[in-house]
Amino acid sequence: MFGRVLSGDYPRSPILTGALLLILFVLAFAPFLFTGAQPLNVAAKICVFILLVASYDLLLGYTGIVSFAHTMFFGIGGYGAAIALSRLGPSWAALALGIVAAIAVAGTLALLIGLFSLRVRAIFFAMITLAVATAFLVLASQLSGFTGGEDGLNYTVPELLRPSFRLFAEPIFGTIVNGRIVTYYIVFFIALAGFLLLLRVVNSPFGSVLQAIRENEFRAEALGYPVVVYRSFASVVSAVMAALAGILLALWLRYTGPDTTLSFAIMIDVLLMVVIGGMGTLYGAVIGATLMTIAESYLPAIMGSLGKVGAGIPFLSTLLSADRWLLWLGILFILSVYFFPTGIVGKLRAHWQNKRHGTAQRQDSSTPGDSGNTRPSN
Amino acid sequence: MTDGITEREETTVRAPAIDWIPILLVAAVALIALPLIGSFSTWVTLTMAALAMGMIIFIMASGLTLVFGLMDVINFGHGVFISVGAYMSLLVLRPLTGWVESPSIALNIAVLVLCILVAMAASGLFGLAFERVIIRPVYRQHLKQILVTMGGLIVIEQLLHVFFGGSPITIALPQTFRGGLALGPDIIVERYRLIAVVVGIIVFLAMMLVLNRTRIGLLVRAGVENPEMVEALGYRIRRLFVGVFAAGSALAGLGGVMWGFYQQTLTVGMGLQVLVLIFIVVIIGGLGSIGGCLIGSLLVALVANYTAFLEPKIALISNIALMLLVLMWRPQGLYPVVKV
Amino acid sequence: MPDPLLTLQGVHTHIGHYHILQGVDFEVPRGSFTVLLGRNGAGKTTTLRTIMGLWKASRGNIRFAGEDVTSRATPDIAASGIAYVPENMSVFSGLTVQENLILAARTGKIDAVRLEWIFSLFPALQRFFGLAAGTLSGGQKQMLAIARALIEPRDLILVDEPTKGLAPAIVGNMIRAFREVKNAGATVLLVEQNFMAARMLGDAVVVMDDGRIVHRGAMAELAADSALQQRLLGLHMEAHQ
Repeated sequence: MFGRVLSGDYPRSPILTGALLLILFVLAFAPFLFTGAQPLNVAAKICVFILLVASYDLLLGYTGIVSFAHTMFFGIGGYGAAIALSRLGPSWAALALGIVAAIAVAGTLALLIGLFSLRVRAIFFAMITLAVATAFLVLASQLSGFTGGEDGLNYTVPELLRPSFRLFAEPIFGTIVNGRIVTYYIVFFIALAGFLLLLRVVNSPFGSVLQAIRENEFRAEALGYPVVVYRSFASVVSAVMAALAGILLALWLRYTGPDTTLSFAIMIDVLLMVVIGGMGTLYGAVIGATLMTIAESYLPAIMGSLGKVGAGIPFLSTLLSADRWLLWLGILFILSVYFFPTGIVGKLRAHWQNKRHGTAQRQDSSTPGDSGNTRPSN
Repeated sequence: MTDGITEREETTVRAPAIDWIPILLVAAVALIALPLIGSFSTWVTLTMAALAMGMIIFIMASGLTLVFGLMDVINFGHGVFISVGAYMSLLVLRPLTGWVESPSIALNIAVLVLCILVAMAASGLFGLAFERVIIRPVYRQHLKQILVTMGGLIVIEQLLHVFFGGSPITIALPQTFRGGLALGPDIIVERYRLIAVVVGIIVFLAMMLVLNRTRIGLLVRAGVENPEMVEALGYRIRRLFVGVFAAGSALAGLGGVMWGFYQQTLTVGMGLQVLVLIFIVVIIGGLGSIGGCLIGSLLVALVANYTAFLEPKIALISNIALMLLVLMWRPQGLYPVVKV
Repeated sequence: MPDPLLTLQGVHTHIGHYHILQGVDFEVPRGSFTVLLGRNGAGKTTTLRTIMGLWKASRGNIRFAGEDVTSRATPDIAASGIAYVPENMSVFSGLTVQENLILAARTGKIDAVRLEWIFSLFPALQRFFGLAAGTLSGGQKQMLAIARALIEPRDLILVDEPTKGLAPAIVGNMIRAFREVKNAGATVLLVEQNFMAARMLGDAVVVMDDGRIVHRGAMAELAADSALQQRLLGLHMEAHQ
C-alpha cells in the first residue's frame, strides 16, 4: 500500500527515509508541536516550497530543461487567488474562480512558451523564459490598478480561514484550532497531494519518456516520441503545480506581491533548493526546501553573530554578515553542480548503495524512473 | 568541353549578397515611429537616445554572441561583467574627481578613457578567471553551463556587494559631457548620447577591422562556422576561445562603463537587468552573428525608446513582442549563422 | 623496406553506443597514392576522422612518420604534417577563397609559386579569388577544399570522396588535378566510391567492410581481376565504370 502511495519510488537510503519521515511528522503536527507564529510560518513556507521546488525538478531534473520562468507561474497562482479575493470579496466562489483562472493562464502560457521555444534549442528556452519572466515582473509592478503594483495586494480570506475563526470550542492538545490552523492543514495536505502526484507523474511511462529524452534527445525522436510535445506537456504540468503552490502561499500570507512570488531572488532560491537537494530525485525537493527555508529563517541570526566575530577586520565582517549568505550559498551551488549533481539525496543513496554492495542486486537499475545515479546532461 | 563546363559553373557565381531586409527594417521602424510621435524634435531626441542605447547594448552583447558561436557556450554570467566594469569606473572617478569636474575637454576625455581602460582590464581578467574556474569544467553540457554560470553571477554580484555596498551609487558625468547640444531649432541632443554613439561606432569598426583584416579575426569567423575544421587545419580552438572570452568580457566591462554613465547610477543588479535585453538582442540577431547583433541592438533600442514614450507601461513587453515577431519570421534570428 | 608513413594497428572506434571501427590495420607507404574503397557505412570516413583525432580511437594505435599520434589532439596531428579534406568540403563559406587559403597556410603567407600551381590545377579559384566561398558551386567548393590541403607542402593528404555528387566532366577535371598532385610526389590517402576514379589514381588499394579491412594490395592487381572486384565491391561499383 505504501508502495502505491509513493508510486514505487522509495527513498532507498535509511538516512533519507528517516529524514523524510521526520519532516513529514513535524510538518503534519507543526501546529501542536510549536507555539508562536514564526514556527508555523516556517512550516507553511516549507510546504509551499516543497511543492514549488518539486514541480521545478520535473523540468530541470527529469526533463533536462532550464526555465527561469518558474516564479512567474508561482506568481500567476498567487495573483490569481489574490485578485479574485480582493475584487470579488472573501467568498469560496471567488477563490474557486481565482484558482481556475490562475491554473488556466499558467497552463496556457507554459504551453505557448514551450511550443514556441522548445522547438528551436533547449538553450533558447532558458533565455526566453528569463526574458518573459522579467517582462512579467515589470508588468505586474506597472499595472498597479490591477495588481497593486510594487505594494502588492492585501485581502481577506473566506471566514473559515481567518485567525478569528474557531473550528472547535475546546482546545485540542492544548492548542486552539483556529482558522490559521485550518489554513495550515489545507496548505499541508494540498502540498502533500501535489507532491505524491508529481511522484506518480515521474514514475509513469510519461516520466520514463521524459528521461529518455533528457538522456538522448535524438534517439528519443528517432524512436518516434514527439520531443517537443513531451517537453511542452512536462512544462505545462510543472507550471500548473507551481501556480497551485502560489495559490497556497496567497492563502497563507493573505498578501501577494512581487517580492513574495515573482522576484528573481525566489527563482534563485528554487534553483538552489533543487540542486542542493538533488536534481531528478523529487525527494531532493523536500530536503532542499526544508533545509533552505529553515536556514533562510534562522541563519541570518546565526551569521549575524558570526559577523560580530569578524568585526574590525575589513571585508571579513561584511563577508560573514547575514546579508551575504547568498554568497556562500552561491559557492555551495557551483560546487554542488560540479561535484554532486544528484545533490544530498544522490549522495545518501550512493552511500547506502556502497554499503550494501554485493549483498543485494542494484535496485535502481530495476526501477524505472530513477535517476539517482544518472547525471542530468543535455 | 572543359571550357564549356567552367563557363556554366561561372554563371552560378553571384556577388556575395548582403541581406538588406533587416537593415531596412531598422530604418522602417524609425520612420513608422515618426508620425506616431508627431513632433520631429521629440523623434530626433528619442532616436538619438535609442542609437546611444543600441550601441552600448551592442558593445555588451557582441562578446556573448561570439563566445556562443565559437564554442556553443552560453554564459548567463555575462551580465556580471557589465556590473564589474561599471563599478571599476569608481576606482578612477573617486580619486580623479578634479578631472571630472574640470571644464577641460581633454581632462574629461582622459577620465573617460581611463575608466574604460581600467574597466576593460578588470573585467577581461575576471573573464579569464571565470572561464578557467566556472566554465571549463562544463563544456558541452548546456544544462550545467546555465546553472553554473548563473551561480557565478550570484557569487560575483555578492562580492560587489561586499566591496562596494549594496545601495545604488550615483556617478557624475564629466563636466563637458553634461547637458545638450543644439543641432538646429528645437533639436537638442544630449552630449553624452553623441559620445556613446561615437564610442559604439569606434568599437564596431575596430571589431570589423579585427575580424576582417587580421589572422585572429579570420580564425574567429572560421571558428564560428566550423570549429572542427579549424582544428583540422592545425589551430587550437581552445586558445582562440579563451582569448575571445576575455575580449568579450572586456567589452562587457566597457559597455558597463558606458551604461553606468548613461544611467548615472550604479546598482549591483544592473548587469542582470541588461542581460535580459542582451539575450533578446542575440536571439533576434541570430546567435553567433556580429552583424545580427548590431541590427538586433538597434531594433531593440528603437522599439524600447519609442514605446517608452508612446506607452510607457508596455516598454519591456514590446521587446518580447519584437522577439516573438522576429522569430516567427526567421526562427534562427535575422542573420542565421551557417553552421556545418 | 623503409618505414611506412602512416600505420594503423588494430584500431577500434566507438561513436556513442556504436562500435564503428572493429580493428583496422593498414599502412600508407611514403610517396604512395592509396585508395580506401568500400560501400556506404563501411567505416571509411570514420577511419579518416580517427586518423585526424576528430574521433578518438578506443583501442589500437596510429603511427605517423614514426610517432604515435593515437591520443594526440587534432591540431597537433594536423601540425605534424597531415592535411584533411573532409567529405562535406567544409570550406568556410563566410570567408573569401583567398581567406580560406590564408588560413590553410599555417605560416600565414601564401607561397606565390604554389598558388600559381593551384591556379593551374583549378582555374576557377583564380577567377573567384576574392569572392565568399559560400557563393561557389559545389565543384568549386570541392576544388577550394583540396587547394587548402595543397597550399603548403604536407607529408600526407587525406581526402574523403572528392568526386561525390559532381558532374562527370568535373570529376575528370578533379582526376587530372590529383594526377598532378601525385606526380608532384605527395602521399595521398583517398576515400573513393567511384572505382573508375580510384583505378586511374591509386597504386595501392585497401578495401573495408563493416569496420574491418577485407583486402589490401596493389591497385593493378584489383583492376585486372574482375572476379575479385565483384566479390569485394559488389555491383554498385561497376555501375560507375
